[in-house]
Amino acid sequence: MNLTLLLANLVLALAVAPLLNGVIKKSKAGWQNRCGPGVLQPWFDIWKYLGRESVVSEHASWLFRLAPYVYFGAHLAAAGMVPMVLVGSPLAGMGDVIVLVGLLALARFALALAALDTASNFGGMGTSRELAFASLVEPALFLALFSLAIPVGSTALGALVGDGGVTVARLLALGVFFIVAVAETGRIPVDNPDTHLELTMAHEGMLLEYSGRPLGLLLWGTHIKQLVILSLLAALFFPWGIASDPSAASLAVGMLTYLAKLGLLGLALALVETTNVKMRIFRVPDLLGAASLLGLLAITSIYVVGG
Amino acid sequence: MADIEPYLFLAPVAVYALGALLALVDRHAPGRSPHAAALAGSLIGLFVAVRALLAGTTQQVATFSIVPFASISFRLDPLSAFFLLVISLVAAAASLYAIGYLRAETGSVAGLSAAYNGFLAAMALVILADSVFAFLFAWEAMSLVSFFLVIHNHRQDEVRRAGFIYLVMTHASSAFLLGGFLVLFANAGSLDFAAIRSAAANLPPLSRDLAFLGALIAFGTKAGVIPLHVWLPRAHPAAPSHVSALMSGVMIKTAVYGLVRIGFDLAGPGPAWWGGLILALGVISAVLGVLYALMEHDLKRLLAYHSVENIGIILMGLGAALLLASFGQPAGAALALVACLFHVLNHAVFKALLFLGVGAVQHSTHTRDLEALGGLIRRMPWTAAAFLVGSAAISALPPLNGFVSEWITFQSLLLLGTSGSGPTVAIGAAGAAGLLALTGGLAAFCFVKAFGIAFLGLPRSAAADEAHEVGKPMLLGMGLLALLCFGLGLLPTFIVRLLAPVTNALTGAVAQPSLSLVPLTAPSRGGNLAPLSVLGLLIALGVLALLLGRLIGGPGRSRVSPPWVCGIELEPSMQYSATALAKPVRIIFRGLIRPYREIERQHKSGVAYFVSGVSYEAGVHPIYERYFYNPAVRMLLMLANQVRLLQTGSLRMYLSYMFATLVIVLLLTR
Repeated sequence: MNLTLLLANLVLALAVAPLLNGVIKKSKAGWQNRCGPGVLQPWFDIWKYLGRESVVSEHASWLFRLAPYVYFGAHLAAAGMVPMVLVGSPLAGMGDVIVLVGLLALARFALALAALDTASNFGGMGTSRELAFASLVEPALFLALFSLAIPVGSTALGALVGDGGVTVARLLALGVFFIVAVAETGRIPVDNPDTHLELTMAHEGMLLEYSGRPLGLLLWGTHIKQLVILSLLAALFFPWGIASDPSAASLAVGMLTYLAKLGLLGLALALVETTNVKMRIFRVPDLLGAASLLGLLAITSIYVVGG
Repeated sequence: MADIEPYLFLAPVAVYALGALLALVDRHAPGRSPHAAALAGSLIGLFVAVRALLAGTTQQVATFSIVPFASISFRLDPLSAFFLLVISLVAAAASLYAIGYLRAETGSVAGLSAAYNGFLAAMALVILADSVFAFLFAWEAMSLVSFFLVIHNHRQDEVRRAGFIYLVMTHASSAFLLGGFLVLFANAGSLDFAAIRSAAANLPPLSRDLAFLGALIAFGTKAGVIPLHVWLPRAHPAAPSHVSALMSGVMIKTAVYGLVRIGFDLAGPGPAWWGGLILALGVISAVLGVLYALMEHDLKRLLAYHSVENIGIILMGLGAALLLASFGQPAGAALALVACLFHVLNHAVFKALLFLGVGAVQHSTHTRDLEALGGLIRRMPWTAAAFLVGSAAISALPPLNGFVSEWITFQSLLLLGTSGSGPTVAIGAAGAAGLLALTGGLAAFCFVKAFGIAFLGLPRSAAADEAHEVGKPMLLGMGLLALLCFGLGLLPTFIVRLLAPVTNALTGAVAQPSLSLVPLTAPSRGGNLAPLSVLGLLIALGVLALLLGRLIGGPGRSRVSPPWVCGIELEPSMQYSATALAKPVRIIFRGLIRPYREIERQHKSGVAYFVSGVSYEAGVHPIYERYFYNPAVRMLLMLANQVRLLQTGSLRMYLSYMFATLVIVLLLTR
């Protein structure tokens, strides 16, 4: 584990994550013929929130104060593990892709409890929906991961990074992963990141009682989670240009292609958000169930089509 | 001393027996001295088990010949030693807890304490037995003593009914166990495990399968495998909490022990379908178990259903191990067996912790109904912290122990998928992994519900409002287990090393998962996990968040205020309830769990416009009761009606039955 690489990786994640969200918002505005806020706006928001006073419910316990740090820390740890610019990410030795999914679950668990801690009923509403969706995302995600892991016989993140080859299984897995990405980043048609309307919100409901610095950390953490998921998607399915050794030249190529891939994935997400309407809550399980079936189909196709 | 040496591993049993005796004799402190004895016994058991596991292959045999045809013998091999470790760890914490818990217990504390010690002794004897006779004797003793523990509060109707169902299920299943052992006896010509083991190689396939199926039904019932689990969610909540902890944490594991013993040792190696069947049963139990748990609002029943779920996860590991063994891949089988046994230990620890936690809640609020709890984190901070650790562990969150064993289970399923034994196995393994992931997600949901509703927010009843922290012995018992949740999660390499002689004896290989304390380079096959470093990293990055916040935003300010509820006064009843929280799952899986809801309106003087009261009832109709138990019970009653024709009540008739039987027997044995 190279300490310089680790620090560089963390700084990259911290800096790029809000920017990615800005790009998505800006392009979404573009698709919708709006001008929209600048791409740096998420950065300004975080900066502002970190300096603001926070208001805490009088019924909240220490859990409410601790949760943002767990949420932020777990997502940043995941960002250190996921291959971004380099195949062998600095923290890949900590664990494999199952550990990465586990870290995301830990963050969700902490936030869900914090949402119930304030005695406000919006938190419960958000928790209830977010956790129901999350439990349905898990099987789809694992089936897609297994369809990638069975051919290489490994769940290690470095081993899962593909060679860019196209197979039926990989195509189907890509479909599953994209649905998972939409659901996990809380985007339309599963959830809406831009609303606090109680009829539709899931993730935002859990953040509702937060304000000031904890809210800033939670927003930053959410952006990092989005970055982790899109980076994983990029590394697993579009590994072109990713650096296989830490030399300056390949790192530069890796960095450029990485940012380009992130931008394109962000555009794709914005396009999906613009061209779809938010689903009714109990239609979402159909989508996620279909994703699971697609994942099973991906595994079957390994044997039927032969890779 | 040379004469006692081989018998020393039975010392914990002797101490438990002493404890039972103490309970009946000591009239002054019937709660304290027997549990102190149980604590001593479990510590001795811990020592014996760890020593045997570290030494590796020690096998001590103690034979008592009481009756000429059947010897009663006991043996401590690595597998038994590991289960002795599981029993002793949980028993130590539960005994400590019981010392405080029983202070407020009404009823016969002496009888309860004696039965408690007897229960521990019986469980230890089950896993140490080395002959059919000894095993069945200990097995029945364990079932009967636990029955008496279940019906401790026998003044409640519900408890008596739970005890009855438990007794029926456990005895019906014992018949299958006896049948299975008789098949093995017929082949080996001896009741000793040693003879059965050496004759296992020549078992005809049919006998092998019959013995396995008999054992599977019997042990499956005891373990709580769906659909044989019906007694479990009724009986475990009925018992006092420290006993529930032992029943859910340990007793159902003796059934896993039995399955491993039969599947690998006494009747093994078996065909591939054994493993496939166990894997499938595991998946069904895991998914349905967690779904029913989510529908429960009685904390102890919720935990009992989670035992069904976790037995499912354990069986997934066991099924994968049996499959890989039958494919001739001992290294893979060893890894899957480690997954199974490690989860046995982990589940024992966190489930016992959670049951003790619920016991503390019930001790202090006199209710287990989630909808009447809330806000306990302020009133019972230490219990809350312990329960939180248990909740995170059972939800398989890194870096706690539940995550590590589920991680190994995922790895063994991947190994099964890549074992090169055809698409059916690979797709099945991947499907099982997907459903294991679903189970994990739903379990996390369920424990957000359990912890969030019971401990967070505002108290939903006066009893919860007046709750107070429990005494030191109880906290000590819970604290010990909470520390173990961390310890087992952070230092899994130690347990994997302890398990090496076990897997070596059963599969002929030692598992080497890439578990480490410090980060390693990722292996080319399998995955890698360094839980201690994950924890270190999480702490470091949490501190980084703190520093970043300070660096960018300056010193933090915060203000406490009432939460915004649209301008009105906040009432506890306005909070999300447990039922509401689980509603999305209830709707999504309604086809599987069959929820029902009945709303009845009472009208004032029969006029439909004036509603004077509303009664509301919601629950689930389990499918196995509808399609399996109800027809079975109906058939049984019908049969009983037919048999009644013989029971005329006339003495002369009965005498003639006896006479006829005697004549027939004489004719047959002529």
